[in-house]
Amino acid sequence: MTPIIAVSNLSKTYASGFQALKRINLEIRRGEIFALLGPNGAGKTTLISIVCGIVNPSEGEVLVDGRDIAAHYRAVRSMIGLVPQELTTDAFESVWATTSFSRGLFGRPPNPAHIQKVLRDLSLWEKKDNRVMTLSGGMKRRLLIAKALSHEPQILFLDEPTAGVDVELRKDMWNIVRALRDSGVTIILTTHYIEEAEEMADRVGVIAKGELLLVEGKEALMRKLGRKQLTLQLRERLAEVPASLAKYKLELGAEGNTLVYTYDTQAERTGITALLDEMGGAGIGFVDLHTDQSSLEDIFVDLVRKTR
Amino acid sequence: MNLHAVRAIYHFEMARAWRTLMQSIVSPVLSTSLYFIVFGAAIGTRITEIEGVSYGAFIVPGLVMLSLLTQSISNASFGIYFPRFTGTIYELLSAPVSPLEIVLGYVGAAATKSVILGLIILATAGLFVPLRIEHPVWMIVFLVLTAFAFSLFGFIIGIWADGFEKLQVIPLLLITPLTFLGGTFYSVNMLPPFWQAVSMFNPVVYLVSGFRWSFYELADVNVGLSVAATFGFLGLCLAAVWWIFRTGYRLKT
Repeated sequence: MTPIIAVSNLSKTYASGFQALKRINLEIRRGEIFALLGPNGAGKTTLISIVCGIVNPSEGEVLVDGRDIAAHYRAVRSMIGLVPQELTTDAFESVWATTSFSRGLFGRPPNPAHIQKVLRDLSLWEKKDNRVMTLSGGMKRRLLIAKALSHEPQILFLDEPTAGVDVELRKDMWNIVRALRDSGVTIILTTHYIEEAEEMADRVGVIAKGELLLVEGKEALMRKLGRKQLTLQLRERLAEVPASLAKYKLELGAEGNTLVYTYDTQAERTGITALLDEMGGAGIGFVDLHTDQSSLEDIFVDLVRKTR
Repeated sequence: MNLHAVRAIYHFEMARAWRTLMQSIVSPVLSTSLYFIVFGAAIGTRITEIEGVSYGAFIVPGLVMLSLLTQSISNASFGIYFPRFTGTIYELLSAPVSPLEIVLGYVGAAATKSVILGLIILATAGLFVPLRIEHPVWMIVFLVLTAFAFSLFGFIIGIWADGFEKLQVIPLLLITPLTFLGGTFYSVNMLPPFWQAVSMFNPVVYLVSGFRWSFYELADVNVGLSVAATFGFLGLCLAAVWWIFRTGYRLKT
């Protein structure tokens, strides 16, 4: 299937000389939730700003639905909705007026029924006649989503959608995003909340210092890069790891009463059975055990650290 | 053409005018009425008429032009500067709209507001002095062309400005002096020869003169020159706007 967005060798150097993007290649699949992870200043916003037409690229090509974003800007932009990172709103307009304005701006005829549906879906209907300046921060964030959805886009960019948003609203936002994906909208989400990507994304891209470090399915990424650890609570303290168990590269806890075994989740044999057998043979008993898998956050931190 | 976008921008800008009725309409009308009292009633008792037209009636075209220029610039510059200031410009830049459609929406709304204001001032003037319009079609042509040209100029200022102070600099330091020295309250022919020659370098002279001609057939310069000056200024502004969108000046990085 043709990717809905194809980015080739995209670079951006600002007038100040700062290189925000370095030859980025990326494909976004139709109907997926793609999370672009990266620390502040990594190039996330620059990348989506170029796709949306707000920033000019220095070199490279971006195709949306097979069409060049510059040559076919009308067709391309009418497919895209953008929710910016900052809460930039028309303070003096009503919720209804500013949402209707967005629909017209993107070339769609007035459709009060659609605007009503969008505002209801985002729990803004009761506030439709209120001035934007009277809304809370969370409501303003939802209003930005309503404006972006007013022209029924096929692609939605969410630039740090839950930055500064409380936990409850963040979960509401996630539900909204999932519902949008279920309705067929492709969603590109930039975030530095790993939890957000882990919760929602189908695929994850990690960007740092303008370079795309990897793009993987979230599950595959965690399988591939995720470490798993078996922690054994020992019956009796050990002074050191016996030489007979050296091949397992065990870590002995500070107080000598835990042993931690790190193993490869993709290996055919994890070595756990053999380890337990040999521990039994060496007379080392345990009273409890548990396993831990590294989170996307651990993976992300590792990757970004390597670029420093 | 994305007519829905043009309509959306136009209505959005017009709605702002109604929301700020005091600032958009009432305030300029009040200022004009004060001009009538000060210049018409006070000075008019000393200068009874100019070339057969009562002084009060003579200054009407100049007063309309004064408001038209300042309000066109103010409306259009604020209209495009405010989204840049608040950050909502992202929506305009990411929308499927061409530069022509953006200009039609913003400049069209600013010019409409100025023309409405000009007509209201004319109606207000009618309460103070007897008005005569010899060439109503030309009067409308001058009114609309000047409103559009100076709204374009205001649009350029709104793109250029990077603070509210800069938004005010050109209207206050350039346009207002040029308007006052452009024959708004007098005929250029009343000046000594040296200052008459200097006035010919003031573009506002041509606008006021042409506009006054459409009322009383009185002109400081040939009406053809006035039409040419209006089109010339319009052309310059269009070229500047074309360059802004081609380069993305102050809009895109």
